[in-house]
Amino acid sequence: MQYQAPTRLDDVAALLASAGGHGRVMAGGTDLLARFAGGMPRPAVLVDIKRVAELMVIEQDSDGGFTVGAGVCGAAINENAILRQAWPGVTEAMDLIGSVQIQGRASLGGNLCNASPAADSVPALIAAGASCRILGSRGERTLAVADVIHSPGKTCLGTDEFIVSFYLPPRPARSADAYLRLIPRSEMDIAVAGAAVNLTLDDEGVVVSASVALGAVSPVPLLVPRAADVMLGTRLDNDVMVQLKSVVSASCRPINDKRGTIDYRNHVAGVLAVRAALIAGQRATAKERA
Amino acid sequence: MKHATKKPLRSVGTRPVRPDGIDKVTGRALFSADFNLPDALHGAVLRSPFAHARILSIDTTRALALAGVKAVVTASDMPAIPDDKVMINAQPPDFRDMSANILAREKVLYEGHAIAAVAAKDAETANRALQLIDIEYEVLPHVIDVQQAMEPGAPLLHENLITKGINPAPVQASNIASRHEQVHGDVELGFAQADIILTEEFTTQPVHQGYIEPHACLARVASDGQTEIWCSSQGQFMVRAYCARLLDMPLSQIRVMPLEIGGGFGGKTTVYLEPLAVLLSRKSGLPVKMQMSRADVFRATGPAPGSYISMKIGARKDGTLVAAQGILCYQAGAFAGSPVRLGCMTAFAPYDIANVKLIGYDIVVNRPKSAAYRAPGAPMASFAAESLIDMLAQRLDMDPIDLRIRNAAREGTRTAYGPSFKEIGYLETLEAARAHPHYAAPLGKNQGRGVASGFWFNIGGQSSAALTLNEDGTVMVATGNPDIGGSRASMALMAAEVLQIDVSQVRPQIVDTSSIAYSDLTGGSRVTFAVGMAVIQAASDMVVKLQERAATLWDVSVEHVRWQDGCAVTDVEGREERLSLAALAAQTAKTGGPIAAHVSLNAQGAGPGFGTHICDVEVDPDTGRVTVLRYTAVQDVGKAVHPSYVEGQLQGGAAQGIGWALNEAYMYDENGAQLNPGFLDYRVPVASDLPMIDTVLVEVPNPRHPFGVRGVGEVPIIPPLGAVANAVSRASGVRHVDLPMSPPAVLKAIQRAARRRR
Repeated sequence: MQYQAPTRLDDVAALLASAGGHGRVMAGGTDLLARFAGGMPRPAVLVDIKRVAELMVIEQDSDGGFTVGAGVCGAAINENAILRQAWPGVTEAMDLIGSVQIQGRASLGGNLCNASPAADSVPALIAAGASCRILGSRGERTLAVADVIHSPGKTCLGTDEFIVSFYLPPRPARSADAYLRLIPRSEMDIAVAGAAVNLTLDDEGVVVSASVALGAVSPVPLLVPRAADVMLGTRLDNDVMVQLKSVVSASCRPINDKRGTIDYRNHVAGVLAVRAALIAGQRATAKERA
Repeated sequence: MKHATKKPLRSVGTRPVRPDGIDKVTGRALFSADFNLPDALHGAVLRSPFAHARILSIDTTRALALAGVKAVVTASDMPAIPDDKVMINAQPPDFRDMSANILAREKVLYEGHAIAAVAAKDAETANRALQLIDIEYEVLPHVIDVQQAMEPGAPLLHENLITKGINPAPVQASNIASRHEQVHGDVELGFAQADIILTEEFTTQPVHQGYIEPHACLARVASDGQTEIWCSSQGQFMVRAYCARLLDMPLSQIRVMPLEIGGGFGGKTTVYLEPLAVLLSRKSGLPVKMQMSRADVFRATGPAPGSYISMKIGARKDGTLVAAQGILCYQAGAFAGSPVRLGCMTAFAPYDIANVKLIGYDIVVNRPKSAAYRAPGAPMASFAAESLIDMLAQRLDMDPIDLRIRNAAREGTRTAYGPSFKEIGYLETLEAARAHPHYAAPLGKNQGRGVASGFWFNIGGQSSAALTLNEDGTVMVATGNPDIGGSRASMALMAAEVLQIDVSQVRPQIVDTSSIAYSDLTGGSRVTFAVGMAVIQAASDMVVKLQERAATLWDVSVEHVRWQDGCAVTDVEGREERLSLAALAAQTAKTGGPIAAHVSLNAQGAGPGFGTHICDVEVDPDTGRVTVLRYTAVQDVGKAVHPSYVEGQLQGGAAQGIGWALNEAYMYDENGAQLNPGFLDYRVPVASDLPMIDTVLVEVPNPRHPFGVRGVGEVPIIPPLGAVANAVSRASGVRHVDLPMSPPAVLKAIQRAARRRR
C-alpha cells in the first residue's frame, strides 16, 4: 500500500484517477484503520486528504451559509461557536461520535463516505438540507447529502471522486435543529436508532418549515417528508407529537441485528423524533428571545 | 501471633503511592505482550468455525511446506492424560478436559475452539499457514441454551457423560454433568409455617471477566529441555504446574517468569497459550511468542456461567424467613465444572434461615469453557435470592434493610451449607447502609432505589514470603503471587508495620518460580490475608534475628533487647542504647552474616466477607434505558491495609456487577457463532455510564489475622446484580427477573405490565 498526502485539490483527484479504482481516500481514518486492523484488504494507494487546505476550513458566507471542509475534525466543528449556534443539531450529532481521541480525527466527509446506516452526522446533515461539493478528475459537481449514500457501505461517488466540503444553507430567523440517538451506553457506541429534526417557526411559533431524517432504521439514512408534513402549520402540540411518533415509527424499515430488533427500533425512532422536534422547537423559540 | 490488632498501627491503614505505580502510569511496566526475545517466532492458533463438529481429519502438510513456517502442532502432540493424572489430589481442574480445551481432540465443542497452532517467522506467514491446514469436519447440531441443553433430545457434547451425584447413576448420557444437593433443616416443615410464599424464575447470561490485557506468552525451550515461560497469569506456580501436568514434564524443568498482569478477575487462573508455545518452541528450537486478539479472548476464554434459577422463599407476616428452596442450573460451557455448588452455598448465606434446600445442576453447552470470575457462582444465585427478599419487603411494605436486619446471620448462626459463622460483620454493613445519607436521599419521577447484600467465604492457603535485609538497612520483600490488586503495596505495608520502619524503606518484589517456594495462585481473595501472613511472620522472624545480632554487639542477653521504632533497644546502666536497622545491617559480618527470613505456611482462619450495596436508577419509560444515578458499596473488610486499593476493589466489583446487570451479554447467530466478540457490542460499562461509586469500609477485625484482615476482592461483585435489579424494578413498577436489563428488555417488561393493567 502506497501512502500519499497531497496538499492540492487537483493532486487528490489525479492520484485517485491514476489508482484506477484501487485508491482510497482517508480523512480521519477512524473507520478505515479499524477495518485494516480487522483484516480488510488494503488499497494500492491511500490518499490522506487532511493536508489539503480547502478540506480543513470552516467558513461563513455573507448570506449566513456555512462551508465546512470534508476533513475538518469533530472537535474543531464543536469548537466553532457560530456554527454551533446556527446548527446545534448538526454539531451535536458530530460530537456524539466516538471518544475525545476520535473527535480529534473523525470528519463529516468520512462519516458520510463510510456509508453506514447508523452514521450519526448524516441524518442531521440531511435534515439540515446540506449539500456537498464533489471533485473528480473530470470536474466538479454538487449533490444533496441525502443523495450520496447508495446502499450500506456504498456511495454514488466515482472511484476518482472525493468530497471537498459541505454546504449548510442560510438560516431564517427562529430556526433550529436537533439530533438524538439511542445507545445502551452513554457514549462509545453505535446508534440503535437516531432522529434529526430541523425546524423554522414564524412569529406566532407556528412551524413554517420542517424536515425529519432518521438513522439506523433503514438501509440508508432516511428523509421522512410525511413526518415533516405532520408538523407544518402546528405549534408542536401533544396530539401533533403523538401523530409524529406514529408516522415516524411506520416509516422505518429496520432489520433485526445485534444492536436492536425491528420492533424496538420502530418504537424508539418515534420516541426520539418527538423528543428531537421538541428540542428543536425550544431552541428556535429561544433564538427568537435572544 | 504477637501483633495484636488493638495496638495502634503506623503503616497498615495508610495510603502511600504504590511501589509499581510510576511504572504503570508511565508505561514502563512490562505486561505479557511487552516481553520479546531476539529470533522469537510468531505463534498463531487455528480456531473452529463451528459450534459443534467431529474432526474427521487434520492435514498439516501444506502448512508445513510454506516457507517461513517452523512448526505446527495438533492434539496429537499433546500427551494423553492417564487416569491417575486427571486431577491433583482429586481436586479440579480436570487436566484431560483442559488438554482437550487447549487443542481439540476428536470434536470441536464451540466456535473458537483451538484445533492447531503454528510457529512461523512472522505474523503474516503464520496466518497464511493457518489457512493451509486442511480439516474435514462433520458438523453436528449444537446447543447453547442451558435449559435446552437439559432436554432429553438435546445434542450431546460428550457422548459418555453420565450425571454425577445421582443415585442410582443414570444409564443414559446427557449434558447434565453433575447434580449437587444442599439440605439444611426441613423445607416442607418450613414452608408450612410461612404466611407468605414467593416463587420466581430468573435467568442470567454468561459474562466475560473483561480484563483489558489479552492473554499472551513467550516460551523458550533449550535443547536439554529446560523451559522458560514469560507470561502474565494469576499464578506463576499455577502456570508451571499446569504446563508440567499437560506436557508430562518434571516441575524442575520449567521456570515461569511473571510479567505484570492487566486484570484477571479469576479468568487467568488457567492456561490456554502457554503449553502451545512450549510445544512450538520445543519443535522449532526457537523462542515462540503468542498473543490472543480481543476476539480470541471472547471466543475461547472463560466467561462466568449463565444461569437459569427457580427459587422460592417463605416468611412469616413479621418478615421472619422460615424456608428457602431452589433449583440452580449453571452453564459450564464445553466442559464440566461450573461453580453451581458455590452458588448454592452462598445464595442465602447472609440470612439465618432454618430450612433451606437447594439443588444445583452443572450443564455443558457449546460455548467456551467457563472460568472463575470474582466470587465464582455467587452473583447469579445472589441475584435470585436478593430479588425475592426485595419482593418480600414490597409485599410486607417493609424497609428492605430492616427486613435484612431481622434475618441477618450473626456470630454463631449455622449456615445452610454446614459450618457456623464465627466473628462476622454483616449486621454492621446493614446498619452502615441504613445510616448512610444516600439511603435517605429523595428520589424523583421514574427513579428507584435498590438494596442487596452478598457473602463470600474468602480463603487462605499455601503461601511463601522471603525477606532480605540489604546492607544499608533497607528491606526486600519477595513473594510468588502476581500483583493483581495492589498486593505489592499491601505486603510492603505489613512488613513495614512489623519492622516498625517507614514503608519507603521496604521494596516488594514479585519473583519467578525458581526464586521462592511455592504459593497457591491468586484467587479466593487470599493474597493480602494469606501471603500477608507469611510476610508478617517472616518480618517477625527477622525482628528476632535482629534482636539477637544486637545482643551480640552489646554483649548482653537477648532478653534484654527489645524492638522499637525500627531499632534494637537495650538499657545499659539506666541509659537507653539503640542500634538502627541500618547500623545492624552494616555490621552483619561481625554478627554472623547476612540477615534473611523465609516463611512458607498454609494460612488458616480466613474471615468471611459481607457487603451491602445501595443503587439508585432512573428508567426512561419510553425507551427502557436505565441510568445509574448513585451507588454506594458498604463492606466489612476486616482491616483495610491500603484503604485506597480496598476502595478500588469495591468500586471495580460494583462496576463489573452493574455491567452484568444492565448490558453485558454474548450474542450468537443460528449456527452458534458469536456475533459480538469485541468491546463495541459486548457492552462493559464505560466511565460515563457510572456515577462515582461511593464506598464505606466497615472494619470488623478477623481475629485470626494479626491485623484483622479479611479478603475483599470478591464480595463487591455479588450485590450489584440484585441491587440494580431491585432499583430498576422499583423505578419501573415491574419486577425484572432476566439479566441483562438492556433497554429493549426493560421496555418490553414495562409494556407487558401496562397491557396487563389495562
